[in-house]
Amino acid sequence: MEQPEQNIVTQHEQQTVTNFQAPEAARERPEPAAGEHIFDIKDVSVFYGSFRAVTNVSLTIYEHQITAFIGPSGCGKTTVLRSLNRMNDLVVGAHVEGDIRYRGTPLYGKDVSPIAVRRRIGMVFQKPNPFPKSIYDNVAYGPRINGEHSKKTLNEIVERSLRQAALWDEVKDRLSKSGLGLSGGQAQRLCIARTLAVEPDVILMDEPASALDPIATGAIEDLMQEIKQKYTIVIVTHNMQQATRVSDRTAFYSVIVNPESDTRTGTLVEYAPTNELFGDPKDERTKAYVTGRMG
Amino acid sequence: MTAVTGEPQKVDLHEAKGWRRTKNRIMTTLMVTSFVVVLIPLAFVLVTVIGKGASVISWSFLTSSIPPQTSPVGVGGIGPAIVGTIEITAVATVIAVPLGILGAIYLNEYGGKNPLSAFIGFMSDVMTGVPSIIMGLFIFTIWTLHFGLSGFGGALALACLMLPIVIRSSYEILRLVPNSLREGSYALGATKARVTVTVVLPAAIGGIVSGALLAVARAAGETAPLLFTIGAAHMTNRNVFSGANTSLPSLIFTNASSPYAGAEALGWGAALTLIAICFILMIVARLVTARFARYTH
Amino acid sequence: MSTATQVDPATPAGSTKALDQRRPLGDRGFAILALASGLLVLVILVWIAVSTTNQAWPWFTTEGWKIFTNNWNPAANDFGALAFIYGTAVTALIAVILAVPVSVGIAMLLTEVVPRRRAQPIVYVIDLLAVVPSVVWGLWGILVFVPWLNHIYAHIGSAVQGLWILGPLFGPPTSGASFFTCGVILAFMITPIVTSLSREVIATVPAIDKEGAYALGATRWEMITGAVWPHSQGGITGAVLLGLGRAVGETIAVALVIGSSAVITSHLFAPGYNMAAVIANQFGEATGVFRAALFGIGVLLFVFTIIINVLARGVVERSARRKRGA
Repeated sequence: MEQPEQNIVTQHEQQTVTNFQAPEAARERPEPAAGEHIFDIKDVSVFYGSFRAVTNVSLTIYEHQITAFIGPSGCGKTTVLRSLNRMNDLVVGAHVEGDIRYRGTPLYGKDVSPIAVRRRIGMVFQKPNPFPKSIYDNVAYGPRINGEHSKKTLNEIVERSLRQAALWDEVKDRLSKSGLGLSGGQAQRLCIARTLAVEPDVILMDEPASALDPIATGAIEDLMQEIKQKYTIVIVTHNMQQATRVSDRTAFYSVIVNPESDTRTGTLVEYAPTNELFGDPKDERTKAYVTGRMG
Repeated sequence: MTAVTGEPQKVDLHEAKGWRRTKNRIMTTLMVTSFVVVLIPLAFVLVTVIGKGASVISWSFLTSSIPPQTSPVGVGGIGPAIVGTIEITAVATVIAVPLGILGAIYLNEYGGKNPLSAFIGFMSDVMTGVPSIIMGLFIFTIWTLHFGLSGFGGALALACLMLPIVIRSSYEILRLVPNSLREGSYALGATKARVTVTVVLPAAIGGIVSGALLAVARAAGETAPLLFTIGAAHMTNRNVFSGANTSLPSLIFTNASSPYAGAEALGWGAALTLIAICFILMIVARLVTARFARYTH
Repeated sequence: MSTATQVDPATPAGSTKALDQRRPLGDRGFAILALASGLLVLVILVWIAVSTTNQAWPWFTTEGWKIFTNNWNPAANDFGALAFIYGTAVTALIAVILAVPVSVGIAMLLTEVVPRRRAQPIVYVIDLLAVVPSVVWGLWGILVFVPWLNHIYAHIGSAVQGLWILGPLFGPPTSGASFFTCGVILAFMITPIVTSLSREVIATVPAIDKEGAYALGATRWEMITGAVWPHSQGGITGAVLLGLGRAVGETIAVALVIGSSAVITSHLFAPGYNMAAVIANQFGEATGVFRAALFGIGVLLFVFTIIINVLARGVVERSARRKRGA
C-alpha cells in the first residue's frame, strides 16, 4: 500500500493543490525528444478468460526514456506492463487482443518465442525475489542459461552488473553468501543486477520500490537515471512523486466500472511527457488524480 | 442488565460445576490414556527387540553367512541379509525416486488444474494403499516368471511401492516453493524446464530428500514384495541382477516361524539391525528437513 | 516472420539467436518425460490388474461363483475362499474398532490439549510407532505376545463359556494366534496413519469456531464436540477408511500371528486366516489351480483395497472442498 513518502507528498500537495503547478523537479527537465520506437501499442485489450481486465490502450514507448505507468489500483497498469514481456502467458486463460510491436516486430507473432522476448525485455518485481542461491549465482544465473560458462567472463559480468546496480561495494566480499540474507533494498538491487547481467534491451519495473524504505527507494531511483543511457525503462508506480522524479513520459490509467457485470476494467486515459501530464493535464480524470487524493 | 445498587453484586467465577467439569476431566484422561495405550506396547516391543537382539549382535554376526535353520545359537550371522537389503533397497531407490520426483513435477508444474493431472494425483494416492503383497505378485508375474529370482525383481516390487509415496511427498514440497521464484526465473528468459530444474528443484531439494528417505525407510522394512521375487540365499550375492538374494525382512520372516532356538536368536538380531537402519533413516530425514527448510521467506 | 532487414539491436549477453525461434527441444523433452512419469502410475495400476487377473483366470473359470464358498481344501482341489474374506473383514474391523478411538484421542490430545512445545515427544512416539516394520511386529507378535495372550485368552474363554453373546465371541476354542490378536497388532500398525491424518483434519478447524465455543463458557470437551467434531467428521471418516484399507492389506504380521486356520467362526480368540496371510504363507508351494486361486485372492484383495481407498480419498477431498467453499 502507501509507503512513507506519503509525508513528502502531502507537503507538496498543500503547496500545489489549487494551482495545477507541476512539482519542481519535473519543471526543470526539458521535453524528452522522441527517439526510436521501442513499443508500439495499438488498441490493446487484455483478457483473463472472458474478463476484460484492460481495454483500449494505445501508446508508444521510446528508446532510452523512462516511461511511468500511474493510476489507481485495478486500473490495469501492471497487466499492461506484464504483457510487454509476455509474462501474462503464464496465467491460464490470459490473452491479448490488439497489436503490440517491439522494435517493429509483433510481440505476439506466431513464431515468436516468449523465452527470447524475456531475454531482451527484463523485469524487476515488486517484492524482491532473489533465488535461494549465492549472490554470485543469482547474478550469474541469466548469463549461464544463455550459454555463458567461462569462469572469467562470468566474473566480469557479475562484477559489472553489481556495480551498475550500486551493490558491488556492499557485497563484493560475500559473493558466495546466500542471496536470501540481504536486506530489502539490497535484495532488490540484487534482482536488478540479475536483470542487468543478461544485458537486456528494455527493463520493466513493477513498483520496484514499494516494498522498500525511502533511502533504499532513493538508491533505486538514482540507479534508474544512470542506466537509462543504455536501456529503456518502463516503470509502474503508484507514487506520483516518484513518477515526477524519474520519468520522462507518464501514462495515466484509470478504471471504468461496468454496471451490468459489476466489474472494473482498466484503460489508458492520458499519455504525455511528464511535465505536461502533471502540469497541464488534458483529461478531467487525470486532473483529479494528479491533484487530488492518491488513488 | 441489573442496575448497580449500593452493594457490589456477587459473581460466581468458579469452573463449570458438577457433571460438566467431571465429564471434561474424564475425556481428558481418556485422551491421555489413549497415548499411554500405544506407548506401552511400543516400549514393550522395542525393549524386547533390543534386549534379545543385542545379546547376539557382534561384528561376526553382522558379517557371517546365514546358517541352516537347525544351527545352534551363536553360529553364523546375517551378513548376506544386510548386503541384500542395502543392494535391493538402493536399486529400488534409484528407480523410484527420480521417477517419483518427475511425476510430482508433472503434477505441480505442468499439470495444474487439468483433469488428467487431478486423476493421476488421485490414483497415485490410492496406489499408496495397495497392499505390498500385490506388488510382489505383480512383479512375480511380469518379471520373475521370465527372468528368475533375483534381487532386481525385489527392487522392482519395492520401487512400485515407493513410487506413489515419493510422488506425494515431493508434490507437497514443490507446492510450497513460492511462485515469485519461478517468475524471477521466467523473467530472465528461462524455459519452463530450466525454471523447474535450476530454481524450483534446488529450492525444494531439502524436503524432497527428506520425503525420499522416509520412503526408503519404508521400503527397507518391507517383506511381502520380496517373498516371491528374490528367493532365499544363504550367501552374500553381490550381483543384484541375477541369482537368489535375501534381505533382513525376509530372513526375519522365515526365522519367525522356525521352531529352532538358533534361528529365533538370529531373527531377533536381524530385527534389531533392521529397526536400527529404519530408525537412522528416519532421524536423518528429520535432520534434513530441519536443516534445509529455509527457502520460504 | 521477422523482417530480415532489421538488425537485432539487443542481443543479450551470450546469445546469438534471433527473436523468432522454436520452443527448444530440451524443454519439450522434459515436459514429455514429466508427463510419462505421471502416467506411469496409471500404467502400473492397470498392468497389475491385468496381469494378476490373467494368472488367476484358471481359478475363476474352474470354480466360478464357488470362489465365494467356505470350502478351502487344496488337497481335494476345492478352492472356495470365503473363509479368507471373512478373516480379512473380521481382523480389519477389530483393528479399526480398537485403533480409531485411540488415534482420534491422541490426535485431539496433540491439537487441543497439549501445548505446541510439549507435543514434540508425543509426535516422536507416533513416528517411532510408524517406523517399526511389519515383520518385526510379527516376530514379536508370534514369539512374545502370542504365548502371553494364550494364557489370558484361556482364562477369559473359560470364564465366559456358555454365556449369551460373550460365549460365542470370546469363549473357547482359544489360542494366542487368533483373529483377535491379529486385530490388536493391526490396530498398533494403523494408529500412526489414522492419528496423523486426524491431526491434519482437526488442525484445519477454524480458530474462530473454537474461540466462539470457549467464549460461550464451554469446557474443552464441550468445545471439541461442538466446534471441532462437526468440522472434522468428514476428514476423520476418511482417515478411518484409510486405516481400514491399511488393515485389509497388511500381510506379514498377520501371516505370523493369525493362526493359519481357514475357518469361519464367531470365536474371536480362535485361530483363523485371511486373504493376505494365505497368499504369503502358501504361495511358495502352490502350483496350477492352487496358485491361480492365490492369485485370484490377490485380485480380490486388490479390488477391495482400491475401492476402500477411492472411498477414503473421495471423502477426505469432499470434506476439504466443502471447507474451502464454506
